[in-house]
Parts: sequence; C-alpha cells; structure tokens
Amino acid sequence: MSLIVNLGIAKTHLLSKKRQTLVAMMGVTFGIGMYLLMISFMSGFNEYLEDTLLSATPDIHIYNDIKSDFSRSILDEISDSNEVINIIHHPKPKNITPNIHNPKQIIADIKTFDNVLAVSPQLSSQVFYNNGPVQLNGSINGVNILEEAKLTGLYDKMKTGRIEDLLKVDNGILLGHGLATKLNASVGDLVTLASPQGTSMSFRVVGTFQFGLGTLDNVRSYVSLKSVQQLLGKDNQYITDIDIKMKDYTNAKSLAASFGSKYAYKADDWETANASAMISINIRNVMTIVVSFTLLVVAGFGIYNIMNMTIQNKLKDIAILKAEGFAPNDIMQIFLFQSLTIGFFGAILGLILGYLMSCGVWNLPFPKNEFISITHYPVTFHVRHYVFGIVFGMLTTLIAGLMPSLKAGKIDPVAILRG
Amino acid sequence: METVLKATGVNKFFYEPEEFHVLKDINFEVEKGEFLTLMGKSGCGKSTLLYLLSTMDTDYKGEIVINNYKVTGRKQNELAAFRNEHIGFVFQFHFLLPEFTALKNVMLPAEKLGKYSRSEIEDRAYEKLKMLDMQDFAKKLSSKLSGGQAQRIAIARALINDPTIIMGDEPTGNLDTTNTQIVFEILKELSGHKGQTIIAVTHDPEFAHKSDRIIEMKDGDIIKQ
Ligand SMILES: Nc1ncnc2c1ncn2[C@@H]1O[C@H](COP(=O)(O)OP(=O)(O)OP(=O)(O)O)[C@@H](O)[C@H]1O
Ligand SMILES: [Mg+2]
Repeated sequence: MSLIVNLGIAKTHLLSKKRQTLVAMMGVTFGIGMYLLMISFMSGFNEYLEDTLLSATPDIHIYNDIKSDFSRSILDEISDSNEVINIIHHPKPKNITPNIHNPKQIIADIKTFDNVLAVSPQLSSQVFYNNGPVQLNGSINGVNILEEAKLTGLYDKMKTGRIEDLLKVDNGILLGHGLATKLNASVGDLVTLASPQGTSMSFRVVGTFQFGLGTLDNVRSYVSLKSVQQLLGKDNQYITDIDIKMKDYTNAKSLAASFGSKYAYKADDWETANASAMISINIRNVMTIVVSFTLLVVAGFGIYNIMNMTIQNKLKDIAILKAEGFAPNDIMQIFLFQSLTIGFFGAILGLILGYLMSCGVWNLPFPKNEFISITHYPVTFHVRHYVFGIVFGMLTTLIAGLMPSLKAGKIDPVAILRG
Repeated sequence: METVLKATGVNKFFYEPEEFHVLKDINFEVEKGEFLTLMGKSGCGKSTLLYLLSTMDTDYKGEIVINNYKVTGRKQNELAAFRNEHIGFVFQFHFLLPEFTALKNVMLPAEKLGKYSRSEIEDRAYEKLKMLDMQDFAKKLSSKLSGGQAQRIAIARALINDPTIIMGDEPTGNLDTTNTQIVFEILKELSGHKGQTIIAVTHDPEFAHKSDRIIEMKDGDIIKQ
C-alpha cells in the first residue's frame, strides 16, 4: 500500500521534470549504447579472426623438428664415457630427412584417442609455380583431401570447382585463391610445379579455395599425397606432417604435450602456433572489458550526480513528507524508484541505440587489404551482451541511486522546515 | 478530563553557533478537546517547542507522552507512523508539494495511512476543502496558488486523518480577517464537537483570547499557563 503511494509520488516527480529526466536517461543510453557497439564490434572481429585462424591451423600439428645439435656421437652410446671422450670436429649433417617415421602406427594410435575427430597425414614442400612466364614461390600440401576437408572445413572455403574432382582427375590441384589470381589460372588450366630438387610436374586446376588469410591463400595448394611423393621422388610411406582435429579444441594444449613426448616428434597446438595472434586477441579482449566497464561506470556517475541534484532541490518536499508521516524508508523508495526508472528506460534505449549503431558498423565496407578478405566490418549480435548491458545498467543505477536515496531518507525535517 | 499530551522536564539546547539553552525545563499538560494557544515574543522558543511536540525533533531532554504513548526515545519509523495517524501539523509558512494538485496534497497523508479506499479519501479531502471554501481550487497545481489559498490547503491537509492533535505554527499568519475568522471557527468546532485537541502558536491576541487557554512563554520558560 505504502509502496504504491511512494511510486505515485516518484512518478509525479519524474514527469514534472521531463527534461531533467530525459537528460539523465540519455547518459545511461549513451553509455550502454557505446558499450554495446564496442563489445559487438570487438568480439565480432576477434571471433572472425579466431575462426579463420582455427580453420587454417590444425588443432594439433605433429612434425619432425630438425635438430641442429650434432655434437653427440653415436660412439658415446657404445663406449664407456668414464674412460673415453669422443670429440667431433666440424659436424656436417648428411641425408637427414624431415619425414615422420612409422606414420601408419602413429596415426592408428592417435585415432584411438576419444577426443580426436580427424587425422590427416600430409607431405608438404616448398615449390615454384610456373604458368607461362609467371613464376611464384609457394608451398604444396599433399593430403588425403577428404580428411583434410574435415580438418579445415574446406567445403565452405571453395571459391570455384569441386573438392571431389581432386580424387577423379589425374594430377589435379586445388589452388589458393590469391595464388590462382597471380598465376592467372582457373579451373581446367595446367600449372607446372618445380620442387627444390629440380624435378617438375604439371597439374590441372580443379578448384580454388579461400581461407580469408592472405598468408595462406597466396601460397598454399592441395594435391593428393601420392602426387607430392612422386614429385619429390619418395616412397608411399613418406610424410612430413600429421594434422589433428579434435572434438573439443580447448583441450589441444595438454594433448599436444602428451603426443609430443609419446611419439618423440614436435607437437604444436593451435594456440602455440598462433601465439602472436592470440596475444593480440587477448589484448583486444582486455581493452574491450576496460572500456566497456568505464562507459557503464561513467553512466552510473551521471545518475549519481543527477539524483544528488534532484534531492538537493527537493529538500523541502522531503521535510514535508516526513512531517506528514512518511518514514525514512518511504523517502528512500521514492528516490530509488526514480533512479531505477531512469536506469531501466535509459538502458532499454541504450540497447536499441547499441543495436542500431552495430548494424551501422556492420554495413560499413572494410578497407581492402592483402591479409584478410572481408568486405564488411565483422560485428556480433550476442544476446548475452545485451542481457549483460541491461543488467549492469540497472545495477549501476541501483548503486548510484541508492547512496543519495539513503541520504534523502536521513534528512532532518526540522532543520529544513525552520527555513 | 483525559490528558492527551504531557511534557515533563523538557530541556533543549542548540550548540551552533554557541551553546544556547532554548527551552528551560518545560512542564505542562493538555487535555483532550482543549483549544490551546501559545504566545510569546519572537525568538522565545515557541516553534522549537512545537517541533518537539510534533515528534519531528527528537533531540531534547525530558519526556513527552501523547495519547498515552511515550514518544520520547522511539525509532524514526515508529514516530513517522504515529505522526501520520495522530498529529496534523500546519507550518509557520505554508509548505505544499509544488508538483501536486491541491487535492492530491490533501490526500497524500491519508493515502499513506491506508485506512480508507481511494475514493473515500477523495471524498474526505473534498469535504475538508469545502470546510475551508477551497473546493474550487482542488484541481489547481499547488504552486499556482496564492499564499493565503495555499495556507488553507495546508490546514485541510492537517485535518485529513482526523488527528488526535492539530498543531499550528501561526496557522492564520497569512490569512485576512475573514479567513482567520473561518479557520478559527473550524478549529473551535473540531475541538468542541469532535474532541480533537488544538495547539496553536499565534501572535494575534484576539485569536488567543477566544481560545480555551493561553500559555505564555518568555526566553524558553513558560511564564503563565
Ligand atoms: N537551528 C538553530 N540553531 C541555533 N539556534 C536556533 C536554531 N533555531 C532556532 N534558534 C534560536 O532559538 C530561539 C527560538 O527560536 P524559535 O524559532 O523557536 O522562535 P519562535 O518563538 O518560534 O519565534 P517566532 O515567533 O519569530 O517564530 C531563537 O533565538 C532562535 O534564534
Ligand atoms: Mg516560530
């Protein structure tokens, strides 16, 4: 009963000072709107980047990290090291191959892990691409294309041609989009590849793909495992890399470490492989949180100021109400309700403003560049950001309104009524 | 007769800007239905005493009992509820809530009390306004009323909950002789027939002499009862 009366008084106060109420609301609206724009844009960019990085990098990558320390001799193994010291002068490596030994057993073993979704053995090499007069440096990946497609989501990245044609066409090749453009090659054309050893082979283009990362699209191409083995003159067991996709990629780090020690090859997880990108993503996340928090807190201070001002202007009214028999709690309710109303409607308008601004940014064309191929600014529209905005907005106004309201409840009416 | 208010050994000090003994050992009783006026020179402590009796000022020594309820030492919330039901106060200067209509100003204490339904409260408020010949101004915003009109609205507001005691700090100070006469008649009527007690501060000797009893104060003392 008392509450209804108090709310009625609060409503009258708000409506009789429409402009002041509106200004107070705009503070909250602006704060929440900017917070939403900021977080939608930043998380959009981060998610886009993370997605492209994730699809372009295997969750775990196992390869033979060639050692350069040859100071230990095999003689150490057979002679008693207490009596004999073996010293090697000018060691020079010979016939070291970067391949993984026993790939069949390793792959079979990896597949027994529950968390592993797909395993793709690869043979990659540096090559020169030749198409007429154009000669380009790049890399070639010999893969089992169906496994690789599972790993990278290649189906969604195809620009022209079809993945399956790689299996049908003899010596087919899938070219990175940037590479294809530079070579001026399209589906059906022949390109010639030269290996570091000097051997060369011709491939027929069956499709082009685009990951959205210049560092990949401008250099990479896919052919069958057999073709690269043939190009390099190796046997059909010869592979250099094993790429793994997991069901839950957040566990990659620990699994990579255990693979590394188990098979005695280098095993990198996706975070390690993209360390620098992950750092910039983290920094952006931290900045987003700091700036968002600041915006919301500033909005809170706005409410605090306005409520203090309102109460200062209403000292007389508070004294009268108290004389009439309104208790400190009633007075507190009257003013707290005002700030909560300002906070609520300000926050709702803020959500709308934030949404509209995010839509605006979403429609802005992204400046053309070599490294990422996006046409528009990436923006996310996550419900949780909006929920957080309104909850935090209400919370700051509650706190910001509570202090002046409690103070209003404690005002001594006599001091004011004396004039 | 039944005692409705009893003040025993009431002392009050102000400490700012320097220690000042405003009320010096005040003792008096008021009976139910009595029309009491407080007189005395400006600055002798009449308003101060009235604020103590109204339970708004709790910073004093001594004891005050109203309607067999000891108000001294009570919590703010209890005093607010007690004030709401038992005390109607008319200030030395009219004080109305400027954003509300005259009618709403009169209704608010009753809405807070919550004893009657909304429509009953409105009827009662109109009844009080009619007594003071202010019914035509009911819907007017209180900030748009003249000083005398506002004062009469303030009196109607003090009457709305049929309080045990009506306290007035120069309630007719802003009124012309006709309206002073009307207000006096209303107060007289309330104390006579309805058994409500009136305690009013006044500088108007004529007003005072028509009341049941005059308490005269000087420099914080009661010099004549
Ligand atoms: N807050 C205060 N701090 C210090 N002294 C005060 C305060 N309020 C009032 N006084 C002093 O207390 C004395 C009594 O004041 P009070 O308002 O009760 O006088 P009054 O009898 O109502 O006078 P008036 O007829 O002019 O209204 C005065 O001398 C006044 O200066
Ligand atoms: Mg006075």
